[in-house]
Amino acid sequence: MEWTEIVAALALIMFIAVMFPAAKDMVQKSPKGSSSDWGSFALLIGMIILFIILLIGLV
Amino acid sequence: MNENISTISRSSSSAIAMNRVLRNTYMLLSLTLLFSGFTAALSMFLKMPPMTYLISVIGGMIIAMFVLPRFANSTAGIGIVFLITGLLGFGLGPMLTMYASLPNGGNIIMLAFGGTGVIFMGLSAYVLATKKDFSFLGGFLMVGFLLVLVAALANIFMQIPALSLMISAVVIMIMSGFILYDTSRIIHGGETNYILATIGLYMTIFNIFISLLQILGIMGNDD
Repeated sequence: MEWTEIVAALALIMFIAVMFPAAKDMVQKSPKGSSSDWGSFALLIGMIILFIILLIGLV
Repeated sequence: MNENISTISRSSSSAIAMNRVLRNTYMLLSLTLLFSGFTAALSMFLKMPPMTYLISVIGGMIIAMFVLPRFANSTAGIGIVFLITGLLGFGLGPMLTMYASLPNGGNIIMLAFGGTGVIFMGLSAYVLATKKDFSFLGGFLMVGFLLVLVAALANIFMQIPALSLMISAVVIMIMSGFILYDTSRIIHGGETNYILATIGLYMTIFNIFISLLQILGIMGNDD
Protein backbone atom coordinates (compact mmCIF):
# COMPACT_ATOMS: atom_id res chain seq x y z
CA MET A 1 0.00 0.00 0.00
CA GLU A 2 1.39 3.38 -1.03
CA TRP A 3 1.62 6.32 1.38
CA THR A 4 -0.79 8.35 -0.75
CA GLU A 5 -3.46 5.66 -0.25
CA ILE A 6 -2.90 5.69 3.51
CA VAL A 7 -3.20 9.50 3.59
CA ALA A 8 -6.37 9.35 1.42
CA ALA A 9 -7.90 6.70 3.71
CA LEU A 10 -7.10 8.72 6.86
CA ALA A 11 -8.55 11.89 5.28
CA LEU A 12 -11.75 10.04 4.33
CA ILE A 13 -12.11 8.65 7.87
CA MET A 14 -11.71 12.19 9.25
CA PHE A 15 -14.28 13.65 6.83
CA ILE A 16 -16.76 10.86 7.68
CA ALA A 17 -16.27 11.45 11.43
CA VAL A 18 -16.72 15.22 11.07
CA MET A 19 -19.73 14.98 8.77
CA PHE A 20 -21.59 12.23 10.64
CA PRO A 21 -23.14 14.48 13.35
CA ALA A 22 -24.16 17.05 10.72
CA ALA A 23 -25.78 14.33 8.61
CA LYS A 24 -27.66 12.96 11.66
CA ASP A 25 -28.87 16.46 12.48
CA MET A 26 -30.00 17.09 8.90
CA VAL A 27 -31.91 13.79 8.75
CA GLN A 28 -33.80 14.74 11.93
CA LYS A 29 -34.51 18.35 10.86
CA SER A 30 -35.28 17.85 7.14
CA PRO A 31 -38.93 18.37 6.23
CA LYS A 32 -40.68 15.41 4.62
CA GLY A 33 -41.15 15.66 0.86
CA SER A 34 -44.43 14.73 -0.81
CA SER A 35 -44.56 12.03 -3.47
CA SER A 36 -44.76 14.72 -6.17
CA ASP A 37 -41.62 16.39 -4.71
CA TRP A 38 -39.72 13.09 -4.93
CA GLY A 39 -41.21 12.46 -8.37
CA SER A 40 -39.85 15.74 -9.75
CA PHE A 41 -36.45 15.01 -8.18
CA ALA A 42 -36.40 11.51 -9.73
CA LEU A 43 -37.35 12.98 -13.12
CA LEU A 44 -34.45 15.47 -12.99
CA ILE A 45 -31.98 12.74 -11.96
CA GLY A 46 -33.30 10.54 -14.79
CA MET A 47 -32.62 13.37 -17.25
CA ILE A 48 -29.08 13.74 -15.92
CA ILE A 49 -28.47 9.99 -16.34
CA LEU A 50 -29.63 10.25 -19.98
CA PHE A 51 -27.39 13.28 -20.48
CA ILE A 52 -24.35 11.39 -19.12
CA ILE A 53 -25.13 8.46 -21.45
CA LEU A 54 -25.22 10.99 -24.31
CA LEU A 55 -21.82 12.38 -23.23
CA ILE A 56 -20.36 8.85 -23.11
CA GLY A 57 -21.64 8.32 -26.65
CA LEU A 58 -19.86 11.48 -27.78
CA VAL A 59 -16.40 10.41 -26.49
CA MET B 1 -54.69 47.97 6.14
CA ASN B 2 -51.51 48.86 8.01
CA GLU B 3 -50.91 45.15 8.60
CA ASN B 4 -51.19 44.49 4.83
CA ILE B 5 -48.73 47.27 4.01
CA SER B 6 -46.30 45.93 6.62
CA THR B 7 -46.61 42.36 5.21
CA ILE B 8 -46.01 43.58 1.64
CA SER B 9 -43.04 45.69 2.75
CA ARG B 10 -41.54 42.73 4.70
CA SER B 11 -41.95 40.31 1.78
CA SER B 12 -40.47 42.80 -0.71
CA SER B 13 -37.46 43.46 1.55
CA SER B 14 -36.87 39.70 1.93
CA ALA B 15 -37.10 39.33 -1.89
CA ILE B 16 -34.50 42.09 -2.29
CA ALA B 17 -32.23 40.39 0.28
CA MET B 18 -32.66 37.03 -1.52
CA ASN B 19 -31.80 38.63 -4.88
CA ARG B 20 -28.71 40.22 -3.35
CA VAL B 21 -27.50 36.87 -1.93
CA LEU B 22 -28.17 35.16 -5.27
CA ARG B 23 -26.39 37.87 -7.31
CA ASN B 24 -23.37 37.96 -4.96
CA THR B 25 -23.18 34.15 -4.93
CA TYR B 26 -23.14 33.85 -8.72
CA MET B 27 -20.67 36.74 -9.03
CA LEU B 28 -18.25 35.19 -6.50
CA LEU B 29 -18.78 31.72 -8.01
CA SER B 30 -17.84 33.01 -11.49
CA LEU B 31 -14.70 34.69 -10.15
CA THR B 32 -13.62 31.61 -8.16
CA LEU B 33 -14.16 29.35 -11.19
CA LEU B 34 -11.97 31.66 -13.29
CA PHE B 35 -9.35 31.70 -10.54
CA SER B 36 -9.45 27.88 -10.34
CA GLY B 37 -8.94 27.71 -14.10
CA PHE B 38 -5.90 29.97 -13.74
CA THR B 39 -4.35 27.91 -10.88
CA ALA B 40 -5.07 24.66 -12.80
CA ALA B 41 -3.24 26.09 -15.85
CA LEU B 42 -0.38 27.21 -13.60
CA SER B 43 -0.13 23.73 -12.08
CA MET B 44 -0.07 22.16 -15.58
CA PHE B 45 2.62 24.64 -16.67
CA LEU B 46 4.74 23.81 -13.60
CA LYS B 47 4.27 20.04 -14.30
CA MET B 48 3.26 19.32 -10.71
CA PRO B 49 3.42 15.65 -9.61
CA PRO B 50 0.19 13.56 -9.25
CA MET B 51 0.29 13.71 -5.43
CA THR B 52 -0.50 17.47 -5.74
CA TYR B 53 -4.16 16.54 -6.28
CA LEU B 54 -4.43 14.62 -2.99
CA ILE B 55 -2.60 17.26 -0.95
CA SER B 56 -4.61 20.14 -2.49
CA VAL B 57 -7.99 18.46 -2.02
CA ILE B 58 -7.27 17.52 1.62
CA GLY B 59 -5.91 21.03 2.32
CA GLY B 60 -8.87 22.70 0.60
CA MET B 61 -11.42 20.54 2.43
CA ILE B 62 -9.80 21.14 5.84
CA ILE B 63 -9.81 24.92 5.28
CA ALA B 64 -13.43 24.77 4.03
CA MET B 65 -14.62 22.72 7.02
CA PHE B 66 -12.66 24.28 9.89
CA VAL B 67 -11.44 27.76 8.89
CA LEU B 68 -14.06 29.21 6.51
CA PRO B 69 -17.05 29.02 8.93
CA ARG B 70 -15.14 31.27 11.41
CA PHE B 71 -14.60 33.98 8.78
CA ALA B 72 -17.79 33.57 6.74
CA ASN B 73 -19.28 36.82 8.06
CA SER B 74 -16.23 38.98 7.37
CA THR B 75 -14.45 40.16 4.21
CA ALA B 76 -11.58 37.79 5.09
CA GLY B 77 -14.00 35.01 4.13
CA ILE B 78 -13.75 36.08 0.47
CA GLY B 79 -9.96 35.66 0.58
CA ILE B 80 -10.37 32.23 2.17
CA VAL B 81 -12.83 31.20 -0.58
CA PHE B 82 -10.21 32.17 -3.19
CA LEU B 83 -7.56 30.25 -1.23
CA ILE B 84 -9.73 27.08 -1.18
CA THR B 85 -10.79 27.30 -4.82
CA GLY B 86 -7.26 28.20 -5.92
CA LEU B 87 -5.90 25.16 -4.07
CA LEU B 88 -8.53 22.85 -5.58
CA GLY B 89 -7.81 24.24 -9.04
CA PHE B 90 -4.08 23.79 -8.52
CA GLY B 91 -4.74 20.15 -7.57
CA LEU B 92 -6.63 19.62 -10.83
CA GLY B 93 -3.51 20.43 -12.91
CA PRO B 94 -1.80 16.99 -12.78
CA MET B 95 -5.13 15.24 -13.41
CA LEU B 96 -5.81 17.40 -16.48
CA THR B 97 -2.25 16.76 -17.72
CA MET B 98 -2.86 13.00 -17.37
CA TYR B 99 -6.20 13.13 -19.26
CA ALA B 100 -4.74 15.43 -21.92
CA SER B 101 -2.10 12.77 -22.66
CA LEU B 102 -4.82 10.19 -23.58
CA PRO B 103 -5.50 9.68 -27.34
CA ASN B 104 -8.81 11.65 -27.17
CA GLY B 105 -7.94 13.45 -23.93
CA GLY B 106 -8.76 16.95 -25.21
CA ASN B 107 -12.22 15.76 -26.22
CA ILE B 108 -12.79 14.10 -22.81
CA ILE B 109 -11.78 17.28 -20.92
CA MET B 110 -13.97 19.52 -23.08
CA LEU B 111 -16.97 17.17 -22.75
CA ALA B 112 -16.55 16.99 -18.96
CA PHE B 113 -16.25 20.78 -18.81
CA GLY B 114 -19.27 21.39 -21.03
CA GLY B 115 -21.29 18.63 -19.36
CA THR B 116 -20.66 20.13 -15.92
CA GLY B 117 -21.77 23.55 -17.18
CA VAL B 118 -24.97 22.14 -18.71
CA ILE B 119 -25.87 20.17 -15.55
CA PHE B 120 -25.22 23.16 -13.26
CA MET B 121 -27.02 25.73 -15.39
CA GLY B 122 -29.93 23.39 -16.19
CA LEU B 123 -30.62 22.50 -12.56
CA SER B 124 -30.11 26.07 -11.30
CA ALA B 125 -32.45 27.41 -14.00
CA TYR B 126 -35.06 24.78 -13.04
CA VAL B 127 -35.05 25.85 -9.37
CA LEU B 128 -35.00 29.58 -10.20
CA ALA B 129 -37.86 29.20 -12.70
CA THR B 130 -40.11 26.90 -10.64
CA LYS B 131 -39.17 28.30 -7.17
CA LYS B 132 -39.65 24.73 -5.87
CA ASP B 133 -38.52 24.05 -2.33
CA PHE B 134 -36.00 21.19 -2.28
CA SER B 135 -35.23 21.42 1.46
CA PHE B 136 -36.67 17.88 1.88
CA LEU B 137 -33.54 16.55 0.12
CA GLY B 138 -31.12 17.65 2.89
CA GLY B 139 -31.00 14.50 5.03
CA PHE B 140 -31.17 12.17 2.03
CA LEU B 141 -28.23 13.89 0.29
CA MET B 142 -26.06 13.99 3.42
CA VAL B 143 -26.62 10.28 4.12
CA GLY B 144 -25.98 9.50 0.45
CA PHE B 145 -22.75 11.49 0.50
CA LEU B 146 -21.57 9.75 3.69
CA LEU B 147 -22.26 6.36 2.07
CA VAL B 148 -20.22 7.44 -0.97
CA LEU B 149 -17.31 8.39 1.31
CA VAL B 150 -17.54 4.96 3.00
CA ALA B 151 -17.59 3.23 -0.41
CA ALA B 152 -14.60 5.33 -1.57
CA LEU B 153 -12.75 4.35 1.62
CA ALA B 154 -13.50 0.66 1.02
CA ASN B 155 -12.37 0.95 -2.60
CA ILE B 156 -8.94 2.25 -1.54
CA PHE B 157 -8.36 -1.25 -0.14
CA MET B 158 -10.40 -3.29 -2.67
CA GLN B 159 -9.30 -1.43 -5.85
CA ILE B 160 -12.35 -2.47 -7.93
CA PRO B 161 -12.59 -0.36 -11.16
CA ALA B 162 -16.35 -1.00 -11.52
CA LEU B 163 -16.94 0.30 -7.99
CA SER B 164 -14.88 3.37 -8.81
CA LEU B 165 -17.08 4.00 -11.85
CA MET B 166 -20.22 3.44 -9.77
CA ILE B 167 -18.98 5.90 -7.10
CA SER B 168 -18.35 8.58 -9.76
CA ALA B 169 -21.88 8.09 -11.17
CA VAL B 170 -23.47 8.31 -7.71
CA VAL B 171 -21.40 11.42 -6.86
CA ILE B 172 -22.86 13.17 -9.94
CA MET B 173 -26.41 12.26 -8.80
CA ILE B 174 -25.78 13.47 -5.25
CA MET B 175 -24.04 16.68 -6.32
CA SER B 176 -26.93 17.38 -8.73
CA GLY B 177 -29.24 17.03 -5.72
CA PHE B 178 -27.04 19.46 -3.78
CA ILE B 179 -27.34 22.03 -6.61
CA LEU B 180 -31.14 21.82 -6.28
CA TYR B 181 -30.95 21.92 -2.47
CA ASP B 182 -28.44 24.80 -2.21
CA THR B 183 -30.11 26.97 -4.86
CA SER B 184 -33.50 26.36 -3.29
CA ARG B 185 -32.11 27.33 0.14
CA ILE B 186 -30.83 30.64 -1.29
CA ILE B 187 -34.13 31.58 -2.92
CA HIS B 188 -36.20 30.56 0.13
CA GLY B 189 -34.02 32.45 2.60
CA GLY B 190 -32.40 29.36 4.18
CA GLU B 191 -28.92 30.57 3.20
CA THR B 192 -28.24 34.27 3.66
CA ASN B 193 -24.44 34.13 3.57
CA TYR B 194 -23.17 34.33 -0.02
CA ILE B 195 -19.66 33.16 0.97
CA LEU B 196 -20.98 29.84 2.32
CA ALA B 197 -23.45 29.57 -0.58
CA THR B 198 -20.58 30.05 -3.06
CA ILE B 199 -18.34 27.41 -1.53
CA GLY B 200 -21.25 24.93 -1.42
CA LEU B 201 -22.04 25.42 -5.12
CA TYR B 202 -18.34 25.45 -6.06
CA MET B 203 -17.85 22.05 -4.38
CA THR B 204 -20.77 20.57 -6.33
CA ILE B 205 -19.34 21.85 -9.64
CA PHE B 206 -15.85 20.61 -8.75
CA ASN B 207 -17.12 17.13 -7.82
CA ILE B 208 -19.32 16.82 -10.92
CA PHE B 209 -16.38 17.82 -13.16
CA ILE B 210 -13.98 15.31 -11.54
CA SER B 211 -16.56 12.50 -11.66
CA LEU B 212 -17.49 13.22 -15.29
CA LEU B 213 -13.78 13.23 -16.20
CA GLN B 214 -13.38 9.79 -14.57
CA ILE B 215 -16.48 8.30 -16.21
CA LEU B 216 -15.64 9.68 -19.67
CA GLY B 217 -11.98 8.71 -19.22
CA ILE B 218 -12.84 5.09 -18.37
CA MET B 219 -15.67 4.69 -20.91
CA GLY B 220 -13.81 6.52 -23.68
CA ASN B 221 -10.63 4.51 -23.31
CA ASP B 222 -10.81 1.43 -25.54
CA ASP B 223 -7.50 -0.04 -24.32
